[in-house]
Amino acid sequence: MGRTLAEKVWDDHVVRRAEGEPDLLFIDLHLLHEVTSPQAFDGLRKAGRTVRRTDLTLATEDHNTPTVDIDKPIADPVSRAQLETLRKNCAEFGVRLHPLGDVEQGVVHVVGPQLGLTQPGTTVVCGDSHTSTHGAFGALAFGIGTSQVEHVLATQTLPLAPFKTMAITVEGELPEEVTAKDLILAIIARIGTGGGQGYVIEYRGPAIEKLSMEARMTVCNMSIEAGARAGMIAPDETTFAYLEGRPHAPRGADWDAALEYWRTLRTDEDAVFDREVVVDAAELAPFVTWGTNPGQGAPLSARVPDPASYTDPSERLAAEKALEYMGLTAGQKLRDIAVDTVFVGSCTNGRIEDLRAAAAVLAGRSVADGVRMLVVPGSVRVALQAVEEGLDKVFTAAGAEWRHAGCSMCLGMNPDQLAPGERSASTSNRNFEGRQGKGGRTHLVSPQVAAATAVLGRLASPADLSAAPTPAGV
Amino acid sequence: MEAFTTHTGRAVPLRRGNVDTDQIIPAHWLKKVTRDGFEDGLFEAWRKDPGFVLNQSAHQGATVLVAGPDFGTGSSREHAVWALQNYGFKAVVSSRFADIFRGNSLKNGLLTVVLPQETVDRLWELIEADPAAEVTVDLVERQVRAEGITAEFSLDENARWRLLEGLDDISLTLREESEIAAFEARRPSFKPSTVEV
Repeated sequence: MGRTLAEKVWDDHVVRRAEGEPDLLFIDLHLLHEVTSPQAFDGLRKAGRTVRRTDLTLATEDHNTPTVDIDKPIADPVSRAQLETLRKNCAEFGVRLHPLGDVEQGVVHVVGPQLGLTQPGTTVVCGDSHTSTHGAFGALAFGIGTSQVEHVLATQTLPLAPFKTMAITVEGELPEEVTAKDLILAIIARIGTGGGQGYVIEYRGPAIEKLSMEARMTVCNMSIEAGARAGMIAPDETTFAYLEGRPHAPRGADWDAALEYWRTLRTDEDAVFDREVVVDAAELAPFVTWGTNPGQGAPLSARVPDPASYTDPSERLAAEKALEYMGLTAGQKLRDIAVDTVFVGSCTNGRIEDLRAAAAVLAGRSVADGVRMLVVPGSVRVALQAVEEGLDKVFTAAGAEWRHAGCSMCLGMNPDQLAPGERSASTSNRNFEGRQGKGGRTHLVSPQVAAATAVLGRLASPADLSAAPTPAGV
Repeated sequence: MEAFTTHTGRAVPLRRGNVDTDQIIPAHWLKKVTRDGFEDGLFEAWRKDPGFVLNQSAHQGATVLVAGPDFGTGSSREHAVWALQNYGFKAVVSSRFADIFRGNSLKNGLLTVVLPQETVDRLWELIEADPAAEVTVDLVERQVRAEGITAEFSLDENARWRLLEGLDDISLTLREESEIAAFEARRPSFKPSTVEV
């Protein structure tokens, strides 16, 4: 019987297989950041162990880093201490680090792909659940805990329990206004936050094949929000074109050999998935969340659902609690929800195409009075590219704040946070209670919806702008 | 890792599904660089509500958490496991756990037990009616026992063995050093390297 893409990549990394034991898998690339690594390095130190493969390990600073005044000492002493701990650990154990201020610094899941380190058919891990992002290249990439970070540092392997396979086939073509973010939010709403539990998802079908690499990363990034172990897309010409010439992409004869291998990384015709889901792209529309988990979403044209409409008691209770926390009323139009803050950035939507999309909507328009808009590029390289294209000028002219690279308000470990009761439209990945700041309320949206929302001050799509009166001052 | 064989203690009913790790331990606690001192951060936002179940005097000192489905979703932060352990929990029962959280818990000796929602419902009813009721989580017999309830649970045999023995995964893997070296020797040269170019 044929094998799926995920099974092929898995099989190619088995170091040891024994009856009754988990497979021991080799890890090709281990990415580190400051938050989930200190206790792992401590463990190595206590056991007198070293990092086995510093040449397959890369660290960057992202979660705690400020997005303003980066040339000054970090104000929060605890954040500063955590970054200093990473610097000390990387120096002691010989790990390459891109610290704040470095041209290669940025969100770990933006940095890996842009350096060309994330490649088809590799295994990629990081102490961060959004490692699923790298699956966009046909890599088997997943988030791990700190004990596993220590395990990979010491052994470059992980013992892993087997997974199930799920195909999500997106038929047809995405309507013009619909982005990769809308697609993945709609998928999560359909299969639920636990729907992917135990599975590696392979996204496939004509609508997926047409996506750019950055859009594919947006889709795979949020696989974890459906509870999946990983998300993958088979590599194709789009993947190869993205990789060619990047600093760590193979060159010369290695490129040819790699390409030959990468072309084999497709699910066999006769392979069988444990579960199959089919999505009709043509039925999709701009999608936003109304609740406190990423599965609680609906098309922007819809209304806040009535908890009483849920037959499952646990879902009904979850919807009741979500509406209470979010300060929303059943039946309210999603388009009537006013926001205080708009955040464009994160490992989900902080890449150059995302910034271009947001800028295209904002060009010649203004951020509504009383709305604060933060634009945080996913990496320094993304920021430099945006400046070269003049996007920073578009944002600042519209009244948005143009910031330095990092995770920023996606999880508010740095000073970029919502105040209690504040409401955001955010291009990030989680609308959990308090995620963007204690008492903050988050609506997950695409960059296009974020920008249109900033202009109108309420949840909106670019199509709503042409219908609305031109804002004053433009 | 501390071994887990069997544990008996009082239990807390957490009637919520989709408890994400941001709720278990909020991000600002993640700046700490140790594995301890997270107990005050456990469910920090919810504990501000005096009516929250962990604040009820009848549940003080409980060591088994009985939670709704999809416990531990979201962020991979192992701090969520440390926070539960620092607070005093030895085991968590739910009808479904998020994968990364489950992996993290078993690596730290926090036993995560999957039981059907119907059994979880019965445990909730029991401990709400009698907060002093004791619940036994027995990894040797693979059973959860409480008054009127005996429920079998499964856990893969290898994970169970490592928990029962309190084994250190890294030491186990390092026994396979020669196989790791052999695998490394046959890796193709086109595989990526982080050495600066």
